[in-house]
This record gives sequence, C-alpha cells and structure tokens, in this order.
Amino acid sequence: MQQVVTGLASGGVYALLALALVIIHRSTGVINFAQGEMATLSTYVAWTLIAHHGWRYWPAFVATLALSFVGGVATHRIVIRPVEGGSVLRIVIVTIGMLIAINGFVIWQWGGEPQALRSPFGTDTFDIGGVVVSSHDIGTIAVALGIVVLLWALFRFTKVGLAIRASAVNPVEARLVGVRVTWMLALGWGLAATLGAVAGILTAPTVGLDPQMMQAVLIYAFAAAVLGGIDSPAGAVVGGLLLGVLLNMLSYLTQYDLFDWFSEELRLPIALLVILVVLLVRPSGLFGRPEVKRV
Amino acid sequence: MRTLLELDSVQARYGPVQALHDVSLTVVEGEVVAVLGANGAGKTTTLRAISGTVSRSGVIELDGKPLKGGPETAARAGIAHVPEGRGTFVDLTVDENLRLGAYTRRDRSLKEDVKRIAGYFPWIAERGGQRAGTLSGGEQQMLALARALMSKPRLLLLDEPSLGLAPMVVREFFRTVRDLNEREGLTVLVVEQDARIALSISARAYVLEVGRVALTGTSAELRDDEAVRRSYLGY
Amino acid sequence: MTPRFTRLVGFAAFAVFVVFVAVLPSFISDFKAQQYAYVGIYLIALLGLNILTGYTGQISLGHGAFMAIGGYTSAILMAGNEQFGGPLSGGLKDVWTIPLAGLVAGLAGLAFGLPALRLSGLYLALATFAIAVSLPSAVKRFEEFTGGGSGINLFGTPELTGSLTPVEIFDRTLTYNDWLYYLSWSSALVAFAVAWLILRDRTGRAFRAVRDSETAAVSSGVSLARYKMLAFGISAAYAGVAGGLYAIANTFVNPDTFPIALSIFLLVGVVVGGLGGLSGLLFGAIFIYFLPLWSQGQDLGSLLPDSVVQGDTIGIPLLGDFVFKGTSAAGGPAIVYGIVLILLMFLIPNGVSGIFRRVGQLVSRRRYSRSS
Repeated sequence: MQQVVTGLASGGVYALLALALVIIHRSTGVINFAQGEMATLSTYVAWTLIAHHGWRYWPAFVATLALSFVGGVATHRIVIRPVEGGSVLRIVIVTIGMLIAINGFVIWQWGGEPQALRSPFGTDTFDIGGVVVSSHDIGTIAVALGIVVLLWALFRFTKVGLAIRASAVNPVEARLVGVRVTWMLALGWGLAATLGAVAGILTAPTVGLDPQMMQAVLIYAFAAAVLGGIDSPAGAVVGGLLLGVLLNMLSYLTQYDLFDWFSEELRLPIALLVILVVLLVRPSGLFGRPEVKRV
Repeated sequence: MRTLLELDSVQARYGPVQALHDVSLTVVEGEVVAVLGANGAGKTTTLRAISGTVSRSGVIELDGKPLKGGPETAARAGIAHVPEGRGTFVDLTVDENLRLGAYTRRDRSLKEDVKRIAGYFPWIAERGGQRAGTLSGGEQQMLALARALMSKPRLLLLDEPSLGLAPMVVREFFRTVRDLNEREGLTVLVVEQDARIALSISARAYVLEVGRVALTGTSAELRDDEAVRRSYLGY
Repeated sequence: MTPRFTRLVGFAAFAVFVVFVAVLPSFISDFKAQQYAYVGIYLIALLGLNILTGYTGQISLGHGAFMAIGGYTSAILMAGNEQFGGPLSGGLKDVWTIPLAGLVAGLAGLAFGLPALRLSGLYLALATFAIAVSLPSAVKRFEEFTGGGSGINLFGTPELTGSLTPVEIFDRTLTYNDWLYYLSWSSALVAFAVAWLILRDRTGRAFRAVRDSETAAVSSGVSLARYKMLAFGISAAYAGVAGGLYAIANTFVNPDTFPIALSIFLLVGVVVGGLGGLSGLLFGAIFIYFLPLWSQGQDLGSLLPDSVVQGDTIGIPLLGDFVFKGTSAAGGPAIVYGIVLILLMFLIPNGVSGIFRRVGQLVSRRRYSRSS
C-alpha cells in the first residue's frame, strides 16, 4: 500500500511531463525530445531564485512557471515554427539540438554538481492506517492533480482553451473562424513548458537537482504518454499514474521469488518495454482512437 | 444598394500552379450570387482567394476596403467561409462548434444568437453536447451554416454545400439559405456544381472556366438561355 | 555532361580519395591518425544508418545500441569466457571478431526490424530512442557476460593486435595508431563497396521506393516487410562492425562507452551529411567527430561586443547576475553544438549531399541551356 502512494507520487510527476508531451504532440505533431531538459532548466531557475536571491518558495514557484511559459512560447515561435511543415527527421533533429544545447547551458551556467532544492511540503511523515507516507509525496500528488484539473478546466471552459483544441485538430478551419492558429500552438508549447517546470520542481527534492535529473523521467513520461495514447491528455495522466505505481510495485515485489529478477537498473528497460509493447499491440494506447491507415 | 464585395483581376496560385488567371466579380449587399462552372474551373479557389486561404494578387475589397492577410483577418472583417467538406470540428461538440463560430466576437450576447439560430435549426438546441463527428452529412452542413451565422457575418461564402448530400437535404439547406437572405438580409456568395439549385436562390451568377469568368448575368437570363444551360451548366 | 562522363569522374574522384586515405598517415601526427581512425569507424556506422534512414526512410535514434551490441560481442569474444567452452573460452583475435560483431548486431537488427514494421516516423524514433537509453542499464544487469559496470578491459591482452608486439605489414612496422587507422579505413572501404553494390541495383531501388511512397511500392510488388526488415538488419550489421572496431580502438567497453549521445550523433551525421548521398556521409562522419572538439577549442567569446568580457557579470532583472564564461567552459561546447545543429536544419535541410545535388543540378541545367 505504501508503495502505491509513493508510486502515485512519482507517477504524478510522470503524468505532468507526459501531459506536456501530449499537448505538444497533439497540437504541433512534434515529439519534443527536449522536454526534460526544458524542465531541468526551469527547476534551476527556481533554485536560483530561492538559493541565490532569497526568494520565498511559492513566489519563486509562480515566477518560474511564468518564465517557463514565456520560454515555451518563445521556443515554438523561434525554433519550431520554421521547421513545422518539414520532414519528421528535420523536426526530430531540431528538438535534439535543443536537448543538447539546453543541457549544455545548464551545465555551463550552474555546473554539474548536484544542488539541493527543498520540498515545500517539508519532510514529515504521516502514519495513516499503518501506511507511512511522506508529506512530500502527498503534496506532489495534490499539486499534480490540482494542475491537471486546472488545465482541464482551461481547455473545457475557456475561449482560449477551445481555440487551442480547435487549432490542434483542424488548423485550417480554425483559421477560417478567426483563430490565430500559430499563436495557439505557441500557447500550447508554453503550457507544456509550464507543466514540465512543475514536474521538475517536484522531482528535485527527492532525487537532487543536477543537469541529468530529468533524463530518466523523460523516458518514463514517454512510456506513460504512449501507454495512455500519445494524443490523449487523459491517457497521459492515467498512464503516468499507472506507470509510477507499476514500477514501485515491482521494487516491492522483488522480495518474492517470482519477481526477484527485477532490480533497480531494470526500471528504465521496463519503461522501454512498455513503450515497445504498447506501440506494437495497440499503438493508440489505452485512450487513443485507433488510426485507420489507408493504403 | 452598395457593393459589398469587389474582385478585380484577381489571380491565385497553389505553389507553382496558377489556378485563377483573371477573375472579376461584384456582390451587392443583400444579394445572393452564385459562382458556377465545371470541376477545376477555379470556383473553390475564388472563395479561398477572398478569405485569404490561398496566395493571391489583384484587387479584393470588402466594403471598399482591401482585404489583406490570411483567413484570420478575413474572419475579423466579417467574412464567414464555410469550406468544402463543411469544415466541422469533428472532435468537438455541437456547442463548441458554435462557440468557435463566435470566436471573433467580443460581445457576450451569445445566448440570444444561439436562440435566434436555433429558430432555423431547431434540432441544434437539443444536441448541444453531441460530438459533431457523429452527425449526419446534412446535419453537419447545417451546423457549419449555423456556426458561420454565429459570427454575425457581413458576407457568407459557401463552398459546394451540396457535395455528398442527398437531394432532399440539399433542397432544405438552400431553402434555409434563402430564408436567411430574405429575412435577415444576409449577403451570400455560393459556389456550386449543382447549377440548378444555385440558380434557384441566387439573383445573379458568374460562370467560371479555367480560372476566368466566362459568362455572367442574372440567374433568370442564365436559366432561360438553353444554349448556356447546355454548354455551361450541364442541364 | 553525359552520364558516362559523370560516372567516370566519380570513379576517378573515388580512386584519388582512396590513394589519399592510404598515404595520409605518413604525413600526419600519430594522434591525428587515431582521430581519423575514429572518423572511419563513424563512417561505417553512417553508411549503415544511411541505408535505413536515407533509403527506406525509417528513423532510428538507437543505432548506438547496435554499435554496443557489436562492441560487446567483440570484447566478449576477445576476452574469452569459460561459459563458452571450447576454443572460444580462450579469446579470439580482434580482427576475427569484427565480422562476428557485425553478424550478431545484424541479427539483432533483423529481429528488431520485424516489430519495427508496425511503427513509423516519430513512433519509431521514440522506440529506438528508448532502446538506446535503456541499454546501458540492461548491460549492467547481466554482469556475467558484460562485466557489469566496470565493463571489459582489453588493454594489453594478446588478442588485441599490436598491443604486445608492434604490427608488421609488408616489412614495415606500424605504430599502434597507424594500425588502427588502416584497420578502420580498410573496413570502411569494404563497407562502402558492399553498400554501393547493394544499393545500385534492384535492392537499392526497392529501398528508395519504400521511402518515397509505401503505397506505390506495395502496388509495384515490392514486399514492404522484407525490405524494411532487411534495411534494419543491414544497417545494424554495419553499426555492429563499427562497434567492434570502436571496442578495439578504445581497448575497453563499459556501459558508458555507447551512451545515448552516440545514437543521437549517428543520426545527426546522416542528416547533416545528407540522406542517400554516399559522399555527404564522409562529411557527416567528420562533422560528428570534430565538431564537439572544435566547439571546445573555440572561444566564441571573441564574437561578442567589447562591452562583454569573459568573467563579466551581466545583471538580468529578477534572475540577478549572469556570469559570462567562455565557451570552452564545461557545457559550452554542447551549447554551440546544439545551436549549430538547429541552424543547419534551418539552412540546409537536405544536408551536405543536398548541396552537392543542387550544385549538380545547376551545372547540368546550365549545360543544357547552353547547348540549345
């Protein structure tokens, strides 16, 4: 049971990053390989505000989110827009170039030594009915779910959200009703960057803030997004939570002979396996709609 | 009666292919004008040139002011373009489609408009939450029209509304368009392959051939001239 | 320019190039010979990846994994392992492990090619990316064969040619690096010849048909599955050979020898070199080997206006001081590399081969108009 809670917490982080990936893929058709690095960069910004400039936690959090949003919008307009219509390969290389450059920038500016970013939720542990959960885990789950709900409300009820959704599926018709599609796509990138920032800030207290922090998380997020359906936001969330719980359960189950082949190093390959199996058996994921390939 | 839309020597191209060579036409406020012709004559391209969906040159003026920029600008200027294939947002609900139609409007009086429009399409009020992709072809066409109306347009562009629809549905659709024109003074430019039905509601018509205007006149003239009907209109 | 003339020119240029490669070590330093040896190794991997991506249009961000398979196969065979039994338990001479490395990797590639049929474009890129990232972890898990985290060390083992006694060919004694150079470039020559043979006739056309339009290819009777899998197998075999050579050149392998960066660089090399064109790939190999080194050596701080000096602090509101370091500081070269990559995708989307082709078109067009 305890593993489930911890799994939900890490799953919440995967869900956030997976959601970012899904938003970007749904609107611009791009798989953003640099999403993890962008999240790392945001987390370092937050850390700088807190550790170097003495900001208090929550103001720094909000400011970082705002900056990340702007950064995401700028990234789309400057880097992605010129290659949007081009070949898949070209776009892949561009996002990889971003990955390399941002990772390099983080190392360049802040060095490779791990930093400490404390959790705003403290380090208490609670005992609920025999299950020990940390306050950070609870806080993470709460924040992750809260943001997902906020995002859902944004997309469902606001004009902007509607415009973004329309731009993602029918850009041509959206322009005909007056939607500035390019800006909507850029907003999508901004939102994704913000989600990544939250994911990074929630991850840092547990694993330590260093330039490689989000690389594994990115793979888990890919697995979650694929599992849930690469174009389904709901799927990303469910996939993330499922994956988090699954991986944690496996760790727990190693005490039983049936599962003793599992070790910590196999977490990533398991995620990979998830990706492969889903892509092969049901590429549209749990919630996606099967695509009819017309030959 | 003032001229609402004026096209003068308009050219349009898709990349290296020139689709319109020299198209000139006018639409007077409150009129229904039809654009007819065979496949590939440039009818759809003409509408796209007006709404800015395709790259074009020449004079295109709405109410005396030149139309520049892309579809977003045209939409803001009051042009509602219902494209070929209806352009329904299939993944969104009927309500959301309508809300998108009103995107360019800043006022908040949407509810009255929805009621007014529901007068023409009574079923819309009940099916608000339904996914637009599950509607029938005819219903989607009606929805597209309703969506266009939500923006309170000054000019309605209809691109081949009869495509893929049963004749009875088509008749009903054109009846609705004629009602809208008579009751609300809606100015309409309709592109059609089905010349007969288009001429039944339009005052004037242009016949395009290979990217140019081959013939123009009142609908009555075109209907009555048998030679014209046979060679240009196919019936 | 008749086609035959162009072909003759091509042959001549190639012959000149071969001679150039053969005599180069006599003119350059020992260290540079080692560097160019690595360029040759990358070229082999790129030749393979080009067949996959340039010809059948399948994107792989995981070819470093196939190199790893080849490299580890080589290393394991050289180190010998009691579990193998028989002659193999003693260790195999390095040169013989190379084709075996290619074979094992090629089989792995064929095996992956089958499920890969169901993936396309981005999804394939994603799947192969995940493989490349997960492989080091998997390697660490199976310690008995792979030596786990510390890997396999080949330095000083007798199986490694030239490690104990100097290499003698045609009564000339080669330095170790020269030996590496010739080993890798003669392999590259063989690899190139094989690729050329495969691609120039029916198989090559089938590959290209798959890339340009799967629908059309199927209707023309090209068996999609067969050729796509074949392309995967061949490209993986090439990567395996490169991996084996890489292991030999490094004299060790461990989980970090074949990181995800390698897979990324390989794809970059193919794209920058230009898909489909064999000549551009040479540029690609040079690019991926030397650009990181070049970015490290450059101090691009000199490009900035005088007001900004190294070590200067720039005040940015909210974020505070931003210390400007030279680009040779850690991480700097990566920034340059990433930006160069993005700019290249903006400016030359078809890679260097694309430029060659464009120039060729311009030239032949001029010819035609002049003759009329």
